[in-house]
Amino acid sequence: MSRWRDRNQLIAVAVIGLVVMFGAPQVLQLFTIINLTTAIALAVLALSLGLIWGFGGILCFGQTTFFGLGAYAYAVAAQNWGDTTSAVIVAVLVAAAVAAILGYFMFWGRISDVYLGVITLTVTLILFNLMRRTSGPEYKIGTALLGGFNGTSAPPLTVPWSGAMLFPTQLFYVAMGALILAYFGCIWLTRTHFGRVCVSIRENETRAELLGYDTRVYKLGLFAIGGGIAGLAGVLIANGIGRVTPDLFNLSYAAQVIIWVIVGGRGTLIGPILGAFGIFWLTSYLGTQQVVNANMILGLVLIGFVLLLPKGVVPTVVDLVGRRRTRRAGRSARRRARSGSRRSVQPAE
Amino acid sequence: MDYAAVIVLQVAYGVANLALIGLGLAIIFGMMRVINLAHGEFLMLGGYTVVVATNNGVNLWLAMLVLAPVVVGLIGVIVERVLIRFLYGRMIDTLLATWGLSLFLIGLVTTIFGPTTTTTVSPPVGALHIGAFFSSGYELFLIVITLVLFALVYAVMKFTKLGLLARGTMQRADMAAALGVSTSTIYMITFGLGSAVAGLAGALLAPITGVVPTIGAAYIAKAFITVISGGAAILAGTASAAALLGFINQVVTFITGPTVGEVALLVAAIILLRLLPTGITGRFFRRSL
Repeated sequence: MSRWRDRNQLIAVAVIGLVVMFGAPQVLQLFTIINLTTAIALAVLALSLGLIWGFGGILCFGQTTFFGLGAYAYAVAAQNWGDTTSAVIVAVLVAAAVAAILGYFMFWGRISDVYLGVITLTVTLILFNLMRRTSGPEYKIGTALLGGFNGTSAPPLTVPWSGAMLFPTQLFYVAMGALILAYFGCIWLTRTHFGRVCVSIRENETRAELLGYDTRVYKLGLFAIGGGIAGLAGVLIANGIGRVTPDLFNLSYAAQVIIWVIVGGRGTLIGPILGAFGIFWLTSYLGTQQVVNANMILGLVLIGFVLLLPKGVVPTVVDLVGRRRTRRAGRSARRRARSGSRRSVQPAE
Repeated sequence: MDYAAVIVLQVAYGVANLALIGLGLAIIFGMMRVINLAHGEFLMLGGYTVVVATNNGVNLWLAMLVLAPVVVGLIGVIVERVLIRFLYGRMIDTLLATWGLSLFLIGLVTTIFGPTTTTTVSPPVGALHIGAFFSSGYELFLIVITLVLFALVYAVMKFTKLGLLARGTMQRADMAAALGVSTSTIYMITFGLGSAVAGLAGALLAPITGVVPTIGAAYIAKAFITVISGGAAILAGTASAAALLGFINQVVTFITGPTVGEVALLVAAIILLRLLPTGITGRFFRRSL
């Protein structure tokens, strides 16, 4: 893929992102905008898994751990301090730190992919059970009650220093801005030396190690960054919903993140984002009718993609387009060669 | 003295509970290197089999000990033929596909029975007197039946022709196939057996936990932790991991309450895996079953 086409694609993504960011609130109703803010939070979560799974080969089934912890950390910090800017920073740091600690045990223990997936899933499920039991008045951090099953309220984001609360439309701008920044941050990261080493570890860990890279450090770094982005997604969902409940840790969210990435495509960053929006639309549509259960359809989607389209939508489409393009290029090259030998008229393109 | 007996019984129950939940998963994982993420839903299906059967007038014991394993075992065979068969050797894809299956089963059962069940099964065994204390007789029954189940699986694996073929396939599938064993059939039977054990466990636990479509999530974390901490050996691994983690869980629960108990279980398992990445039987009792 040429550098130019690559750059054009990125510019196109940025333009579409900005158009959606500033255009959507003009066109859509407030209710849709609020819903869209939630979808954007989920897209950031999908991006975080797309980064660590697609570019580091780290199969984390419990990305919701950092998502939920980010949301809780934000809610607790914001309730205690009243200031939400520092709460956002704390939330991202807490999520990244927990990812780093968990990553230490897993990467230094050198457990295999499959174990890693299962352990991360277990962590999120146990947190789900734990947070559900924190309903008593004795479970509080500072002044914030954890609230068990009902969760705790998340104060909406405020403008730094002035303390004015953001309206839903402004919240949408913040969320969309965060998604665009996170996306381009990830793109940048995958093009640094660090990102390239991560990709080489995904391709062949032993070879990367033999070349002298301490793969554990790189994986840990990537995992922690992914955790931080998931924490940011948690902040956004806390704002989108206005409450933080243990449900953020539950099995259905954890499964959905995987489905978004599988459907969108591993190894791309735009795929998981599109997958998140697509599946979010599908589940909200399924939620409006009573005939079929949403879980059933999601399960079938996951099975279908694993069996029939394991690469996901975006890479498959890119492959198809690329194949057509090379075929066309090959054809015109052949024609040129033929015409060159016969010294006849230039073929019309 | 009586108090000590009650505590010992509680700890033993905690261990038996983990072992019972994990055994079906361990059979499938140890034999086929397939981690079945729909394991929790197989337990859930066992519970629903009991509820449906007893509502239709079937004897509770018959429903729990015979019907549930048979029904869930058959479902397991179907799942293996329709889904798992295509994914051998693609471990991550099996994980993802069984996760899809798990969601599908949750959705299916929710559609059929509704999001909550009104019917619960009452434990068929009454309370147990130990001196001045009462303990649940059903928990004692579960401890006994777990021991029986382990003995049964051991006997099948060790003394029957099927067990021999299964162990051979487990060690070297290609060599077993070269010697004329139909590994595909062995895998199918193994998956069915593992599912049957899961169904039995779900049925046995139904009177204690109640039955809802999402009950699988409550089991699956504990089952995975037990099986992965145990390592490759099916029985020795599951038993030793269940003993260690169940003991930690019950003791911490006894001291601080159930909230911290489960966290202690998880933390212990993660530290254990840092020390023994291939599980307990990766280091100790390597030649055991």
